[in-house]
Amino acid sequence: MRSSRSRSGNWGDRLFGGASLGFALLILVLVAVLVGELAWNSRLALRAFGPAFLWSQNWDPVQELFGALPFIYGTLATSVVALLISIPLGLGTAIFLVELAPPRVSETISFLVELLAAIPSVIYGLVGLFVVVPWVRTAFCPSVSAALGWIPIFQASPYGVGIFTAGIILAVMIVPFITTVSREVLLMVPRSQREAALALGATHWEMVSTAILPYARSGIAGSIFLALARALGETMAVTMVIGNRPEIRASLFEPGYTMAAVLANEFSEATSDLHLHALIEIGLVLFVITIIVNGLARLLLLKLGRTTEGRS
Amino acid sequence: MKSDSMTLRRWVNRVALTLTGLCALVTVSTLFFLLGYITLNGIGAINWEFLTQLPKPVGETGGGMANAIVGTAKLLGLASLIGVPIGFFGGIYLSEYGHGRLAFWVRYASDVLNGVPSIVIGIFAYILIVLPMKGFSTLAGGFALGIMMIPIAVRTTEEFLRLIPASVREASYALGVRQWKTTVFVVIPAAARGLMTGILLDLARVAGETAPLLFTALNNRIWSHGWTEPTSSLPVMIYTYAISPYEDWHRQAWAAALVLMLLVLVVNGGARILLPRRRETA
Repeated sequence: MRSSRSRSGNWGDRLFGGASLGFALLILVLVAVLVGELAWNSRLALRAFGPAFLWSQNWDPVQELFGALPFIYGTLATSVVALLISIPLGLGTAIFLVELAPPRVSETISFLVELLAAIPSVIYGLVGLFVVVPWVRTAFCPSVSAALGWIPIFQASPYGVGIFTAGIILAVMIVPFITTVSREVLLMVPRSQREAALALGATHWEMVSTAILPYARSGIAGSIFLALARALGETMAVTMVIGNRPEIRASLFEPGYTMAAVLANEFSEATSDLHLHALIEIGLVLFVITIIVNGLARLLLLKLGRTTEGRS
Repeated sequence: MKSDSMTLRRWVNRVALTLTGLCALVTVSTLFFLLGYITLNGIGAINWEFLTQLPKPVGETGGGMANAIVGTAKLLGLASLIGVPIGFFGGIYLSEYGHGRLAFWVRYASDVLNGVPSIVIGIFAYILIVLPMKGFSTLAGGFALGIMMIPIAVRTTEEFLRLIPASVREASYALGVRQWKTTVFVVIPAAARGLMTGILLDLARVAGETAPLLFTALNNRIWSHGWTEPTSSLPVMIYTYAISPYEDWHRQAWAAALVLMLLVLVVNGGARILLPRRRETA
């Protein structure tokens, strides 16, 4: 029916359809150009350092030696710290919202958690700089390293800025992603699963841990990957509290550097073409990593969607 | 023995469930702590001078962020001009026309764009606009923010248009109305409220973006004229002032943070009131 309309030659239909198609194609083109430009504008660095760029530790703009390992390490380390804090916190909150909270309370808390994600990252950085950094310097780091300082990652450090501080801020920033998505996933678990566990005499918590969580695990993993992708690419909040030192140290309380942070700090002041291209290559690496992590998240969430569709 | 294990299980049950409640409490308290702390620190520094004056030279106290407020408004205006049409028509395509493989790729590209770290979008704008024009500009910053608006605009448009039942479209076709007229005069008006709030939420999200502006719009301590000069913006001012060593600048950073946060909160709260409940409309 619709095709006969457009065949009748209505210019309005053709124009409007064409415009939507054009803008849709424009999105495809934009992404293609983005990838192409990143690769093309990092060519000097790609040629000069090859794959060794990824595992070289030197970052010396004066001697024009560039290696991304300190930044890759910093990005991964801050994200891991963030996940270790935010997974229990986010998942616990999601379980509370689905299992215990009355519907109206659950709705309200969900909204508040979403607000946490809406606060701009530079504001997180501001609070991090003036609240969390002093706290880590004067209270947290001294007491933790007094007790656990014999473990290398907890060695004392006088700065306050560093991997761990950045991890705390990131954790708060990504909790909403874990909670919001996990909550939706937990709500999708069929009633029969719950009733089966309860009928076997499980307590409420045993029902959650033996029936609901295993059923929802791929979706929960998906929410964690989504959060991870956010943490990897987060720039401002991390830049303000990481300490900006391109070195790999054992202690989490030492200053470090992340891929996004070095871009924020050095990009507008790049000293040479090679320096600029090395920075763009870091952007390219960051882009590729986040696309992969996001892709994994979507696959996991898709998988869950299929199993629930099939069974309920 | 049996009752012992039952007691233990009951205890585990109670402790575990309490812990989940504690998690929720910690998460929500963090939000209230943030809101309270920013309000307390920012409220004292907000005054008429802050909203209407230019920044004073380094070392002098006082002055304001009028140029940053105008700069943010200009950047957001330009970003909407770029991001909203692309996202809106892209969404229309996905909901009204796209069913095949092309639609899959468009949706995928939009998802990829949504996942790209904002700083990488900044690099993109730098390569495409700052390098050829040989200078930082409002234009480059607006372009970067516009690109960031596209994926959310696509998704909300598609979602809200899909909420309109097929029967509405069919009723219109049955009256002999063309497809494009049906879309423009029946489907879009029916979804208008959702679409508007979607766009507003999208704007609120990019309003706080700092990373893509660092090396596109850069910063400016005086008024930025036209579109080809570097411009100041609230998020970049917060960043610059926060990492500066001056007490007075820190005070103003908190004030700017409060202004930005209020903007985000008002839009998000408003959207919650305005948005049609999904279950009711579907």
